[in-house]
Amino acid sequence: MLAFILRRLMQSVLVLVVVVLLAFTMFRFVGDPVNQIVSLDTPAEQVAEVRKSLGLDDPVPVQIMRYLYHVVQFDFGISYQFRQPVVDLLAERAPATLELALMSSLISLLVGIPMGVYTALRRDGFFARLFQSISLIGVSLPTFLIGILLIYLFAVTLGWLPSFGRGQVVTVYGRWTTGFLTVSGLKALILPSITLGLYQMTLIMRLVRSEMLEVLRADHIKFARARGLTTHSIHFRHALKSTLVPVITIAGLQLGSIIAFAVITETVFQWPGMGALFLKAVQNVDIPIMAAYLMIISALFVSINMIVDLLYAFVDPRLRTTIKN
Amino acid sequence: MAQEKTSGQANTVQESLWSRFRNHDLTYQFLRSPITVVAAVICLVLILSAICAPWLATMNPFDPKQVLLMDANIPPVWIEGGDPRFVFGTDDQGRDLYSAILYGLRVSLAIGAGGVALAAAIGITLGLMAGYFGGRTDAIIMRIADVQLTFPAILIALLVNGIVQALAKGSSRETWAFGVLILSIGLSFWVQYARTIRGSTMIEKNKDYIHAAKLVGQPTVLIMLRHLLPNVIGPTLVILTINMGLAIITEATLSFLGVGLPPTQPSLGTLISIGNKYLFSGDWWIVTFPGVTLAIFVLSINLIGDWLRDALNPRLQ
Repeated sequence: MLAFILRRLMQSVLVLVVVVLLAFTMFRFVGDPVNQIVSLDTPAEQVAEVRKSLGLDDPVPVQIMRYLYHVVQFDFGISYQFRQPVVDLLAERAPATLELALMSSLISLLVGIPMGVYTALRRDGFFARLFQSISLIGVSLPTFLIGILLIYLFAVTLGWLPSFGRGQVVTVYGRWTTGFLTVSGLKALILPSITLGLYQMTLIMRLVRSEMLEVLRADHIKFARARGLTTHSIHFRHALKSTLVPVITIAGLQLGSIIAFAVITETVFQWPGMGALFLKAVQNVDIPIMAAYLMIISALFVSINMIVDLLYAFVDPRLRTTIKN
Repeated sequence: MAQEKTSGQANTVQESLWSRFRNHDLTYQFLRSPITVVAAVICLVLILSAICAPWLATMNPFDPKQVLLMDANIPPVWIEGGDPRFVFGTDDQGRDLYSAILYGLRVSLAIGAGGVALAAAIGITLGLMAGYFGGRTDAIIMRIADVQLTFPAILIALLVNGIVQALAKGSSRETWAFGVLILSIGLSFWVQYARTIRGSTMIEKNKDYIHAAKLVGQPTVLIMLRHLLPNVIGPTLVILTINMGLAIITEATLSFLGVGLPPTQPSLGTLISIGNKYLFSGDWWIVTFPGVTLAIFVLSINLIGDWLRDALNPRLQ
């Protein structure tokens, strides 16, 4: 068991090292970030000064090693566009993205699971068919189009909800800004989180449906029926319980991609989060932000994956024996 | 039957091909699913109109000489202020939306097909190599695939885009946007092909016909391409179809985010992104018509993909 954990840990570290190296290599491909800062009529000495202050004059290996040294201390350098430390920029925007991601996951779980259970139990019912069709449309519609649709309907036409921004935010614990505590903050959260959560919701619905259908055919359910338990108890106490393990796993793994997909949603709703920052960095070739975002997202993905794998090993006895051998 | 046989060699071949097609399981299942037939017809119509865009369009939206800024933001013809020259209205630069959608569809389709083809080429090559050679080659390729699979495609596409943009400093976006989009999509979607091909290659390579080919001294490349490939390529058809929808969505998303095609070469995503700016001033048509076209197209492709997956799945028959 310990060997398995160590091996899994080594693998994750290896992946992270590769990603960090990739992030460094991006530096070598940078065009000339100085051009982003200075204008055409800036004197040459000043340009050289800016170049030097950004450390772009040094040989490539030196730059890489310096970056590696700083990254370990969460120092991701200074953004070319904002002339501010990247870590501050990211920390400032992280609460917006995390709150959005949390809300979307909640919506996708709270709506997706009941819809999946319903479509599995009433397989040929009208609503089950309707949900199935809606889920296919949900997969086919690009996220940004759903966002535009919601904005047009609820913000432009009906005027119920704001179409951009976070509303009023409150600062708690020093740095963390939250929109959960004000009415306008909560209102602003509704449309973006639906947009972001819709795809995951359809995914979870389809997953719950197929898992549930499979479980309902299993022996322990047949036995429960033979014992004369009520249908309600069989469906919700026995079948749903064994369905939820893979669903929770997938939902956990999807948390990473929710944060990544936030790039699109944040752009549509002008949400001041990390994704919007990353997109701006891509558009303006702001390599420090791109690299930092890549590393943070990878660290997130890798750790979620690892935790899920380890949990599986603890939970599933079959896996435990294969690991031992 | 006897009569047909006497009616000449070429005719017989044609007859049998047609009847083989008509009597095939897949054709039978296809005709039994009305939704799929409708989806296929829509797909066909859209693809044909994309290919024939220059003949169907009333103007060429890429040609600055034909575009007049005076005609900007005209509503569709059935709304007051509409102009009979522009059925679906015009966008902010005075382009006829109907023509722009046709050309945009063409661009989206070309990039989608190109991206998927590149992804399939990379994935199939790497999958064949991983499955056939095994050992270290396999380990390296599949490790890369594992790492990449944890990242959403859109993120990889954005990164590729940012890196190329940094590399291509100075040169205008128009010159490289098209190729970069295909590259981003190709690099984002290859893993699935590689995994599928690797799996079936590992089974197929131990069969007798491969051993026989090795015994008669056929070169490895030839064995892989001529003997192995035709026997393992089948399952990729479904992935190809489903990926096509995803690739078109990815292209549209990138263009919408402003890192895809520039407004001078509008794809459907670019048109939607232009329309999004005018949503609040009430010019809903600029975003609606390209959006609806994109949604219907991707939905039809996904319906066909779903049907194909079920039809080709031996467990469901």
